Amino acid sequence: MYKGGRIIAGLLLFACLALMPFLINIGKAAAKPSPQVNTPFIQQLTTQTCVESAAFMKTEHMQLLNQWRDAALRDGKTVYVNSQGQSFPISLENSCLKCHSNPQQFCNTCHTYAAVKPYCWDCHNQGGTRQ
Amino acid sequence: MSVTRRRFLKLGLTTLAGIGGAMALDGFWRGSAEASEVLTDQKALKAKHWAMVIDSDRLKSAENVQRMIDACHRTHNVPDFGNSKDEIKWMGTETYEHAFPGQENGYLNEGIKEKLFPVLCNHCENPACVRVCPTQATFKRPDGIVAMDYHRCIGCRFCMAACAFGARSFNFRDPRPFIKQVNPDFPTRTKGVVEKCNFCVERLEKGLPPACVEASNGALIFGDLDDPNSEVRQVLATHYSIRRKPELGTEPSVYYLIGGGEEHA
Repeated sequence: MYKGGRIIAGLLLFACLALMPFLINIGKAAAKPSPQVNTPFIQQLTTQTCVESAAFMKTEHMQLLNQWRDAALRDGKTVYVNSQGQSFPISLENSCLKCHSNPQQFCNTCHTYAAVKPYCWDCHNQGGTRQ
Repeated sequence: MSVTRRRFLKLGLTTLAGIGGAMALDGFWRGSAEASEVLTDQKALKAKHWAMVIDSDRLKSAENVQRMIDACHRTHNVPDFGNSKDEIKWMGTETYEHAFPGQENGYLNEGIKEKLFPVLCNHCENPACVRVCPTQATFKRPDGIVAMDYHRCIGCRFCMAACAFGARSFNFRDPRPFIKQVNPDFPTRTKGVVEKCNFCVERLEKGLPPACVEASNGALIFGDLDDPNSEVRQVLATHYSIRRKPELGTEPSVYYLIGGGEEHA
């Protein structure tokens, strides 16, 4: 091979550079997120359940939030009746955040881990701005 | 016996259809919350066509109008940028000749000529803003309210160009730092969206009258235009009323009673 040494060295160098992020981070897995649910309000509840089961909320909360948004905003339906027949006001600020008054420790932990940046708080008032 | 081409295709297609169907069903089940439903609040005020009558005779001074504007802007976290270029308003004031162009003349009585009339979104029956919105961020609800979904607004400002009443404002800057006192129960807006009066849907849903009506001491009358026994219909049946730019055919739902003679009578 004409100038084979240089080509192979160059390819190795390129492979090293390209794989650098992976090599550097080997064995340094980011800690599993642990969202905090022990806010003062939740601690006072006798049955500590969300509007639906925790498993459902973990996988489907984004669909539920979309469903809530459209129901409240477009159809004027502001009461959510869950699968157990309990009803809750549909409101991010007055329902979700009433219990989860710590969005920084609750929402953000998983979203940061997954590199998802929700823009809810551009408009909706978060814990910090509530009195 | 070897597999024939025909048999291979039949088997293959059946398998694919089975997998596809299973995936579709799975998505269907997971897409909806188990046996949940959404309902309207029992306390909510309901109407077929919300409308407002502004009795300008009862708005004696500019302070009366300002009190209503302040109540509205406080309730809805409307920012005050302190300059008219960036100004955001859900309710504002206009002189007679600007509010009702084409209906003025050179010899109007002083009471009307100098009066500041409250102006707000007219919640038109044929809203031009809704027709032009490319994302359906602004839409007309079945109860006649022209509402906005700020999640969908892309800030194209077609609606501002279409609105003949200047009822809409654009957030050229982040409004948050310019809200004196944030009402924690109502969201703010963000940079890059258009906003306007929402006829206080969030208050109607809780069974409360609009904030400006509450602060008006009876000068604003709010109710169902489709109900012949409602107060708005009673007032409109017994008083002469006008609307802004009726010639455009947008059919505003905000009516004005113009007397204006009392102070000078």
